[in-house]
Amino acid sequence: MTASEVKTAQQRRIDGDTPLVELKDICVSFGGIHAVDHVSVDLHPGEVVGLLGHNGAGKSTLIKVLSGAYQMDSGEIRINGNKAEIHNPRDARSYNVETIYQTLALADNLDAASNLFLGRELITPVGLVDDAAMEAECRKIMGGLNPNFSKFAEPVSALSGGQRQSVAIARAVYFNAKILIMDEPTAALGPQETQMVAELIQKLKAQGIGIFLIDHDVHAVMELCDRASVMKNGQLVGTVNIDEVTDDDLLSMIILGKVPKQAVA
Amino acid sequence: MTETTSQPIPSQSKRNMFQQLELDVRLLGMIGAFVILCIGFNILTDGRFLSPRNLFNLTIQTVSVAIMATGMVFVIVMRHIDLSVGGVLAVSSAVMALVQTKFLPTYLGLGFDHPLTWIIAIAIGLSIGTLIGAFQGWLVGYQSVPAFIVTLGGFLVWRNYGWLFTSGQTIGPLDKNFLVLGGVSGTMGEAMSWTIGVVAVAISLWAMVSSRRGRIQHGFPAKPAWAEGIVMGIVTCAILGFVWILNSYDIPSRKLQRMFEAKGEVMPEGLEVGYGLPISVLILIATAIVMTVVARRTRLGRYIFATGGNPDAADLSGINTRLLTVKVFAIMGFLCALSAVVASARLQNHTNDIGTLDELRVIAAAVIGGTALAGGAGTIYGAILGALVMQSLQSGMAMVGVDAPLQNIVVGSVLVFAVWLDIQYRKRLGAKI
Ligand SMILES: Nc1ncnc2c1ncn2[C@@H]1O[C@H](COP(=O)(O)OP(=O)(O)O)[C@@H](O)[C@H]1O
Ligand SMILES: [Mg+2]
Repeated sequence: MTASEVKTAQQRRIDGDTPLVELKDICVSFGGIHAVDHVSVDLHPGEVVGLLGHNGAGKSTLIKVLSGAYQMDSGEIRINGNKAEIHNPRDARSYNVETIYQTLALADNLDAASNLFLGRELITPVGLVDDAAMEAECRKIMGGLNPNFSKFAEPVSALSGGQRQSVAIARAVYFNAKILIMDEPTAALGPQETQMVAELIQKLKAQGIGIFLIDHDVHAVMELCDRASVMKNGQLVGTVNIDEVTDDDLLSMIILGKVPKQAVA
Repeated sequence: MTETTSQPIPSQSKRNMFQQLELDVRLLGMIGAFVILCIGFNILTDGRFLSPRNLFNLTIQTVSVAIMATGMVFVIVMRHIDLSVGGVLAVSSAVMALVQTKFLPTYLGLGFDHPLTWIIAIAIGLSIGTLIGAFQGWLVGYQSVPAFIVTLGGFLVWRNYGWLFTSGQTIGPLDKNFLVLGGVSGTMGEAMSWTIGVVAVAISLWAMVSSRRGRIQHGFPAKPAWAEGIVMGIVTCAILGFVWILNSYDIPSRKLQRMFEAKGEVMPEGLEVGYGLPISVLILIATAIVMTVVARRTRLGRYIFATGGNPDAADLSGINTRLLTVKVFAIMGFLCALSAVVASARLQNHTNDIGTLDELRVIAAAVIGGTALAGGAGTIYGAILGALVMQSLQSGMAMVGVDAPLQNIVVGSVLVFAVWLDIQYRKRLGAKI
């Protein structure tokens, strides 16, 4: 481990290190609606940045630009300081951007292993899909993520919300994500599973992965994030350091669109 | 279905036994229905329905629709539909007929029945079918025109191109070597058929053993050895039984005599020679194997099923679903042309009404075989069995002497009933439809 890897995300920002991801001046509109309107956010390695805002504020649209699901109208994406060309989900994957979508992007009719490896199947030397190897890998990673998981032979439609979520998370984690996007990962989960996701976020953060976390729960954001960016009506209200604000500050940013004066990051 | 309430414990253990066998319940149901159908018709026809002769004919009549039904599985799994298969079959058949009877023998001067003729004709036919399919797939995938509309248009367009090319005339007789692919004129004989049957059994058993070994090696749960043994026994009996049936239909002695005379020999007294496996059936079996491998063991197949299950998820996983659509329709087009080979060779001519209404038979076969119109679910063997059920129903009724209108009423009702039954079954499983 080199010295720079031990540095905290906060220290990196203070030192002016190049961020892992910079979304600069992003605009996306659907018809006449400016879903994302000149928004800029950034993310450092080992940092968790929360994205907050009402329903329809434009959070999902913003991160879908980074994950390649949507095309931006204008703006720029930089990864490690270099301009990144992301036009589809394959491009995003090539930059090690992995996404856990709000509406779980699983094929209900396939089993956990097929979903885990969807688009990146392991193949045998003759070029056929290697189901046995994929199931073995799937059992391995699920054993670490969710030890109670046992439905490997069934299609994921037969799984509970939490089990499905762990498949979606496994998919993002398995392929060495450097940049992880989590769009309301705990929306469908019970308290125990939510706790599991929280622990996972801490673990990934410690590995130096940068995480964008969209969450409605202000308390969860206060607990897990280093910074929070708040959006309202497609625009960025502001970005704050979590340890310089209170829950109420965040709430007033979300509801009133006002940034507390003492805490501009 | 009634025993579950009265005797919970035995029924429980019985279900466990079935579960351990891991047999496809739906497949068993379909085979059961098919067996009942056959026995019923056999009684009504005083044993003519299950005669070797009729079973042989049934088999070769099913091939053309069954080949296309395997492709329709992919199309429907992708949440699309193809109404143009009969038309694509017709235009491919027209082009192949013209190539082998006019273009090659006369214009290119190869003469009739040249050994290269059938190969060139088939290569051209398959290319045309594939191109038409790919073009329709491009309209669906890249231009976002619904498949229903694209192929409804194709339903009118392609057949009538065939009509224009042939000026509406029947083209024939076709090339002698080409006719071998149609059924009766091309069979493997008894010895060869048994050989093929035994090899097929060996390969199937080997595949099952090696898959089981793989599961055990990885430490995954595998079904008990006795269950594996039973399944192997069933497979062996099915393959050898099929060969036995086709071998027991003897070539009529008059025809046999002519075959001997053609070679300048004398037919031995009392000789009996069975037809054996028709080449067209081998084509179907090869198609079924390739399509099953594609469906289950290739990325292409995995992506087809994933896209059918959740198109958005497939997109977000980096699958190029537009190109995938082109590929699926191209495969469908290829199989239509392959069916055109078998169908026109069986009829010995190209006629303009070849493959008429096949789109409906093919879709019905796939759907009866368990392909869900909502996408994401379907099997190749199911579609082939579906085609067999449809064909049996139709020829059985014809043998019994059911009036034509009533035949269609029955076939239509059976289709709807089969899908209704399937929906009930899926509901009980708690799966989404
Ligand atoms: N595919 C789309 N087509 C049209 N409008 C969209 C689409 N996706 C999002 N929007 C609109 O963009 C705005 C922002 O939506 P979204 O990013 O999903 O909000 P959030 O995730 O913050 O709740 C909303 O007004 C929504 O209706
Ligand atoms: Mg959202």
